[in-house]
Amino acid sequence: MNDKAWLALEDGTIFTGRACGAAGEAGGEFVFNTAMTGYQEILTDASYTGQCVVMTYPLIGNYGITAADNESSRPRLSGFVVREMCKTPSNHESVESVGAYLKKHGIVGIEEVDTRALTLLLRKKGALRGIISTLDGDKKRLIAKAKALPSMAGQNLAKAVTCEKPYSWDEGFIKADRQLHVIVMDFGVKYGILRCLAAMGCKVTVVPASTPADQILALRPDGVLLSNGPGDPEPVTDAIEAIKQLLTERTPLFGICLGHQLLGLALGGKTYKLKFGHHGSNHPVKDLETGKIEITSQNHGFCVDLKTLPSSVKTTHVNLNDGTSEGMAHAELPAFSVQYHPEASAGPHDSRYLFERFRSLMLTGQEARSR
Amino acid sequence: MPKRSDLKKILVVGSGSIVIGQGCEFDYSGTQGIKALREEGYEVCLINSNPATIMTDPELADRTYIEPLTPEYLEKVIAAERPQAILPTLGGQTALNLTVSAAEKGILKKYGVEVIGARLETIRKAEDRQLFKQAMQKIGIDLPRSVVVTDESDLKSVSRDLGFPIIVRASFTLGGTGGGIAYHYDELRTRVHAAFEMSPVKKVLLEESVLGWKEYELEVMRDCKDNFVVVCTIENLDPMGVHTGDSITVAPAQTLSDRQYQEMREDAKRIISEVGVETGGCNIQFAVHPQTGRRICVEINPRVSRSSALASKATGFPIAKLAAKLAVGYSLDELTNDITKATLACFEPSIDYVVVKAPRFATEKFGEFTLDTAMKSVGEAMAIGRTFKEALQKSLRGLESGKKGLSGAEPMDPETRLQRVATPTSSRLYHVKSALDEGLSVERIHEVSKIDPWFLNQLKDISDCERTLPTMPLDAEHLLAAKRMGFSDAQIASAKGVKEDKIRARRWALKVRPSYKLVDTCAGEFPSTTPYFYSTYEATGDLIPSKSGKKVVILGSGPNRIGQGIEFDYCCVQASKALRAHGWQSVMVNCNPETVSTDYDSSDRLYFEPLTLEDTLEIIAVEKPVGVIVQFGGQTPLNLAVQLEKAGVPILGTLPAAIDMAEDRRLFGAALKKLKILSPESGIAGSADQALKIARRIGYPVMVRPSYVLGGRMMEVVYDDASLVDYVGRALKAATHPSLLVDRFLADATEVDVDAVCDGKDVWVSGIMEHIEEAGIHSGDSACTLPPHSLSPAVLKTIRENTRKLALHLKVRGLMNVQYAVKDGAVYILEANPRASRTVPFVSKATGLPVARIATWVMMGKPLKKLLPAGVLYGEFEPPYTATKEAVMPFIKFPGVDPKLGPEMKSTGEVMGLDSDFPRSFAKSQEAAGMLLPTSGSVFVSVRDEDKPQIVPMARSLRQLGFTLVATRSTADFLTRHGLETTRVAKVGEGKPDVVDLMRQRTLSLVINTPSGKRSRADGYAIRRTALELNIPCITNLHSAGAAVHAIAVLQGASMGVKSLQAHYETLPYKVGLKA
Repeated sequence: MNDKAWLALEDGTIFTGRACGAAGEAGGEFVFNTAMTGYQEILTDASYTGQCVVMTYPLIGNYGITAADNESSRPRLSGFVVREMCKTPSNHESVESVGAYLKKHGIVGIEEVDTRALTLLLRKKGALRGIISTLDGDKKRLIAKAKALPSMAGQNLAKAVTCEKPYSWDEGFIKADRQLHVIVMDFGVKYGILRCLAAMGCKVTVVPASTPADQILALRPDGVLLSNGPGDPEPVTDAIEAIKQLLTERTPLFGICLGHQLLGLALGGKTYKLKFGHHGSNHPVKDLETGKIEITSQNHGFCVDLKTLPSSVKTTHVNLNDGTSEGMAHAELPAFSVQYHPEASAGPHDSRYLFERFRSLMLTGQEARSR
Repeated sequence: MPKRSDLKKILVVGSGSIVIGQGCEFDYSGTQGIKALREEGYEVCLINSNPATIMTDPELADRTYIEPLTPEYLEKVIAAERPQAILPTLGGQTALNLTVSAAEKGILKKYGVEVIGARLETIRKAEDRQLFKQAMQKIGIDLPRSVVVTDESDLKSVSRDLGFPIIVRASFTLGGTGGGIAYHYDELRTRVHAAFEMSPVKKVLLEESVLGWKEYELEVMRDCKDNFVVVCTIENLDPMGVHTGDSITVAPAQTLSDRQYQEMREDAKRIISEVGVETGGCNIQFAVHPQTGRRICVEINPRVSRSSALASKATGFPIAKLAAKLAVGYSLDELTNDITKATLACFEPSIDYVVVKAPRFATEKFGEFTLDTAMKSVGEAMAIGRTFKEALQKSLRGLESGKKGLSGAEPMDPETRLQRVATPTSSRLYHVKSALDEGLSVERIHEVSKIDPWFLNQLKDISDCERTLPTMPLDAEHLLAAKRMGFSDAQIASAKGVKEDKIRARRWALKVRPSYKLVDTCAGEFPSTTPYFYSTYEATGDLIPSKSGKKVVILGSGPNRIGQGIEFDYCCVQASKALRAHGWQSVMVNCNPETVSTDYDSSDRLYFEPLTLEDTLEIIAVEKPVGVIVQFGGQTPLNLAVQLEKAGVPILGTLPAAIDMAEDRRLFGAALKKLKILSPESGIAGSADQALKIARRIGYPVMVRPSYVLGGRMMEVVYDDASLVDYVGRALKAATHPSLLVDRFLADATEVDVDAVCDGKDVWVSGIMEHIEEAGIHSGDSACTLPPHSLSPAVLKTIRENTRKLALHLKVRGLMNVQYAVKDGAVYILEANPRASRTVPFVSKATGLPVARIATWVMMGKPLKKLLPAGVLYGEFEPPYTATKEAVMPFIKFPGVDPKLGPEMKSTGEVMGLDSDFPRSFAKSQEAAGMLLPTSGSVFVSVRDEDKPQIVPMARSLRQLGFTLVATRSTADFLTRHGLETTRVAKVGEGKPDVVDLMRQRTLSLVINTPSGKRSRADGYAIRRTALELNIPCITNLHSAGAAVHAIAVLQGASMGVKSLQAHYETLPYKVGLKA
């Protein structure tokens, strides 16, 4: 077969497979995702910037690419690893095959890989740097290239994926009794978040990650959403500063994923890197307030160490699999955040109530101001 | 919430006999449930009429009632046990219906019994079409437009509104019984009429057709805290219109985008919450329009189901066990995930493989039917692979229906082919494959079959690859590529025109071997320590090292089919228990997702794999067991025994040569001669000429059958030359071994079934069962009783002696089953099988002795003397009570099939009646089998001439019991001549009203009709079929009629009591449940 492709990891592991995307070479941090549906959302999620995603479900591409399921304007991950890529998708919404889509956007993909073996390896060793190549089958060279890749820690990837200038979002807008204006700080925001806000009747303005607080406040927001995004939160220093100021102004804040970590840092806490992160759409999280479990969509490699936060910050959500904290709220300030993805896409819609919670917070703030 | 402490004793309701639509999945769920409840410290009692189940094992529940599943018996059990709660959600539709009916009769209220698992309102809302529709409309869930009718008027306007085709469904029936599709008005009228006959509540639903839509199922759970999880999604290859039990189904769903799926999940969440399932599992079926994506809810089942058993096996998530725990108050986040042991049960399994379930049909018994919404398959095989193609091919070879994977159907012209592709039947998939081979396009096949193009393209990949096989170089790269598509060695060999073992040798030499991966519920995200494996062709497997102790592989029985059902799974599970009790490690191999044996809990290591030579040899190569047990799984593993032995695998227990000696008529005949055991004259024929010669020598009628078959496949009684020649032609075409056995048919003999265990020195005759029906009716279809009720001590002595002599001579190590016919005091041997028989669980329940476990220990080298007290081993203890087994027939599911018994087995399951004497236990067995013997009314009698003298005393008894007699001319004349007042009625076609009219008017409460041997059967057929459809008890042989008359006398007297197995066992002269 002449469409061979190779996958090399920094620990020296090599997998041989077949190209299923663009020709070329791509490197990054290898992570796995256990979601059985939603590959399109994963492909276009900017949080995966700098990463190569291994899908644990073996058949990918069955329903093709649809027009309505993008999470950003294009695929964001570096490389894509699957067991079997479907060449003949079938779904009434499908517009093209995943293979064609990857090729169009120059994303390197490899199939026929024992993705379970690779997943177990990543589970054991933690996320590894690696490379996918359709050009070079030389193992030594590939491993050397993998080793030479920069580590995720310390990189400000949000800066690379944020929007260049502010824009407003109205897809999925449904008019509500009271209009609220939400500023979304874009660290690599998923469209799913914007759609959820618009569906609640919010006017949504998306601003670049480095927008200073005074510029945000000048837009007279009812609330600020700190979006998801890729990589390590610590280097995203401008945003941390902005969040600190927003906190003093008592602006209602809702952080999601990277936004949650940034809020944690702004509140004086610390973050750390998880061994292999949470990447899937079946993680049970308990809302400590209601005692109810929600099945959540997760995608993060870093985590807030809640012990390092002041006592005014309470844990609100806990992951039932490993006991890690998944959400926090400030006792006095109108700020809360979750580590997982209430907008789901991909994943169950159990946690969408959090957007309602954000809405209530904003309404309370609006009332307080008007009094 | 912690478990409820106000409950102490819980009554679990089983599902009764195995029938189409309700298989052994409810033994699996019930067994899990009972274990889970006892683990929590509850006292558990059980009512279930099916003795062939693990759940009715005396050690499982605290009190086990093998009693009929009727409100009357349920009330008696409740009165005796006074449980605080009843759990009906693990016993299928039968248990739900029984509980609802007990509630409606006020029984539950009277005794203060709470329904747990699902509230009554919930059951009603889910089951009653009208209530369900209202509930769904309330929360805005889309449904097919529909109308409930309570009578047969007004069908015209209803059909105008809905438009044809129209789906007809009867309320409160299982497996879609009484349902169907009507394409035009006449068909609608017929279907509606039939549905009214079936529905216990006389409600019929007519519904807009969603034929051809994509079909999905969600297996979900919800707890008292409103936590909700989807355990598994399933997509059907066969689009809407085929019952999901008859469809090829795939997990997880394949062709839904995440958004489409999550919307469906949200619907499911709202549905389950509206219906009110809050302490258990639920199955929700959806249909999705392939072009518009419109999604409608088809139905829900607020209980565990066939699909939930499949989902449990497919994901490793034990739904029934958790459902039982939720029912007593736990919430999902308080329970751990059994497989990982590290995470909680409150999550949604993620799988990193594909699961395919394929249905097993009884085509060989009932022919091929067009599939519709009434389930027709009798079993299923599940397979796991890393791709759909691999899993599909594995599931198809697991079916053991002669296919080695996805193969084509017989050649035919393109037009017929297209028609076969368009019509859903048990063989459609093979026609689709042929159509692809023949170059028909995916688009065209989709157009006529509505099968989603995704599946068709997958099938096309297989077809394309298969085309390259004949010229494919046999190197590692190409072999691996074929194996990764799921091709078996046998398929490759047949494409190459070589023998299968040649391909295997080549493959092994090239080290192209499967690896074994884990079913771990979490796609590898967390470590798992539960050794539940499937094979695939990948670079590496997941090794879980064995615990210490020698390993023994048990080969299971594969998909249920008529002749090989739950009884064999019962034996395999018992064997595993026996091994583990003594520190041996059990390694189970099976591919039937309904079973207890494929519960990861049942053995130390589980391989969910097809039972073919290739697949088992690979497992044996990996596990390196001390030996393999083949005698418990029925014919499936037995057929592998010789080849396994040839491949150097040690067979535990009776050696294949001895099995062969019993199967080979020549060797067996010689042995009998030597042992001086009487047998009917017989011969072996390889051709029609030889058969005729033999038949003329021994005289007609003769019993003919092919060698090496189970369940009396193609076994017939033949009365003359012409029928014999016709038979030989058919049989030789179908047989795998080109030899036929021709035996003298012992008319009117009493048949006896014997189960025995032999250790080489001693023989333990563990059960002697006297059949109710005369010899000539397959033992699997006969009622039988233990102890025998009419055999003389001398006959019993001969039977014991012959059994002992034979077992020792055949060098049996383990189980043996022998069938005898007793005629005029002489004992003839009919056949002997050195393996587990269908009756082993019945004997175990009737005697309290774990026959299969004892046999296992014997195979592992323990002498019987050490396992059994001498009194049991040599003595002739008889229980002071009687157990009667009755077979349960599937005729109602197969329109047009004559519901009469014969030498070929047709039953799907069995029930047991247990009481102080034979008439009582027989009466119970009939009641348990759904044969409601009347205590008053009119009896229709129509018997063949040979039976007329014998019917007189029975008819007289019936008169004395207050019945009136009705008969057609010749029987009526005969009875009148013998002084019995009999009303004459016309035969069918002789005038009106005829006997069928009387049945329809419900003026007859019992029918006794013995089919005449070779003469025209049309009249008898109409009578039997009508009785079946109207549920009028119909007895087709004299022996049963006699037993029924006695039973009726009992039923007219004092009411029947109930007694638990455990209480019965206290009356035995020996200790039961030997742990040795």
